[in-house]
Amino acid sequence: MTGDDTRHLPLEDIHRAAGARFGAFAGWSMPLTYPAGVMKEHLHTREQAGLFDISHMKLFEVSGPEAVSLLNRACPLDAGTLEISQSKLSFFLNEAGGILDDLIVTRLGDARFMVVANAGNAVADEKHLRALAADFDAKVEPLDRVFLAIQGPEAWAALSRAGIETGSLLFMHGVEPRKNWFMSRSGYTGEDGFEIGLPEVDARDLVGKLLGDERVLWIGLAARDSLRLEAGLCLHGQDITPETDPASAALMWAIPKEIRASGAFIGADALRAAVERGPAQKRVGLKPEGRQPVRGSAALFDADGNPAGHVTSGGFGPSAGHPVAMGYVSTPLAKPGTRVFADVRGTKIPVDISSLPFTPHRYRKG
Amino acid sequence: MATTYFTSDHEWLRVEGGIATVGITDYAQEQLGDLVFVELPETGKKLTKGDTAVVVESVKAASDVYAPVDGEITEANGTLSSDPSLVNSAATGAGWLWKMKLADESQLAGLMDEAAYKAHIG
Repeated sequence: MTGDDTRHLPLEDIHRAAGARFGAFAGWSMPLTYPAGVMKEHLHTREQAGLFDISHMKLFEVSGPEAVSLLNRACPLDAGTLEISQSKLSFFLNEAGGILDDLIVTRLGDARFMVVANAGNAVADEKHLRALAADFDAKVEPLDRVFLAIQGPEAWAALSRAGIETGSLLFMHGVEPRKNWFMSRSGYTGEDGFEIGLPEVDARDLVGKLLGDERVLWIGLAARDSLRLEAGLCLHGQDITPETDPASAALMWAIPKEIRASGAFIGADALRAAVERGPAQKRVGLKPEGRQPVRGSAALFDADGNPAGHVTSGGFGPSAGHPVAMGYVSTPLAKPGTRVFADVRGTKIPVDISSLPFTPHRYRKG
Repeated sequence: MATTYFTSDHEWLRVEGGIATVGITDYAQEQLGDLVFVELPETGKKLTKGDTAVVVESVKAASDVYAPVDGEITEANGTLSSDPSLVNSAATGAGWLWKMKLADESQLAGLMDEAAYKAHIG
């Protein structure tokens, strides 16, 4: 088929053999579900360990004498204060303070960092970072890796049985345990877990060992989405976009105080002005009453029928046992317990503003 | 004697005495994945072929189920309100969606029998 530039995972043959059902996501053909189905995959991850192929995401190594300065310009971050192996959630912002992408930045050495970017933004991120790097003595190198996530309470034990000890690694820390490997204790499910970037040949070996462990199941993108939504984690392109800034997205916690006040990152002036004004809308958790899911783009109304905001992500939370959603509402309404109404195919569904996450995080912090 | 028909939208109809019981096929429920909610129609609602009769919601997405023929809803499967997963576990049995009184039985001639449907899904 000409003109089909859909990208395929290096381990696609393994997913096919496992019975994956594929679908398009961010230009990639991705496993959406496996024969267990989204509900079982979701619950299995919370109870034991789920294995995810997230090779659509991109790893960049940023290095050089001015790597810190480059990152401090690109992100609202003080990269120089990160300890070696420490990871931090950060962003690329535009001049208006809007979120171009959310990223995890990990310090690997004095002048060496790993940046993990979202699939849909990887090309734009690379271009953006390379353009900025022209002003610094630093280089940006996209890495060719398979990227796996293993998530859930048994993730560490399954890795240990596969010969990978994770003992002293704590949440939001990352190391290079082997040549061309990057392993961080982080994830997108709210559970303890790891993300591992590694060469394809090593990945095939590791996957074989992990799947030989009955605690480990492949998990598709459908359950990845319901897991992250229950955990209150944002999906770029839905919950955060170039039109939303970190203040309205309730993500200011990711920006250190000193950087908010005096950082010279792109978008700093606009973000300071937005904080000063106070955001008109805020991102909140939304708990629909009853069983009917409320999905992304549904409009929200206050008790008097006035527009109150909109839903950005929504679905059913298999662990929560009820529908879960997040979205933006006018700041005065952004308090847990406030009732709004979502328009679903012409019916107004009562929805309560809820604190996030819907299921408690179980990170290994120390 | 009931006759079963199928549509290219992956619905089945079991017709007996001018009343059709309608559901989705096993193939359809597999494609949709675990259902968490079924929005059922009101009894008495008149539908034209192609109208949305029911919305089935999986963990991930909402999908319309269309009226395969013209008619009037005589009953909705209320059991699905408390157990939507019946559509997954028994798509062609206890997981039926609604019953309708046919307005024009000649429309059935345009539907598939089981052999034709099996060929359709390959």
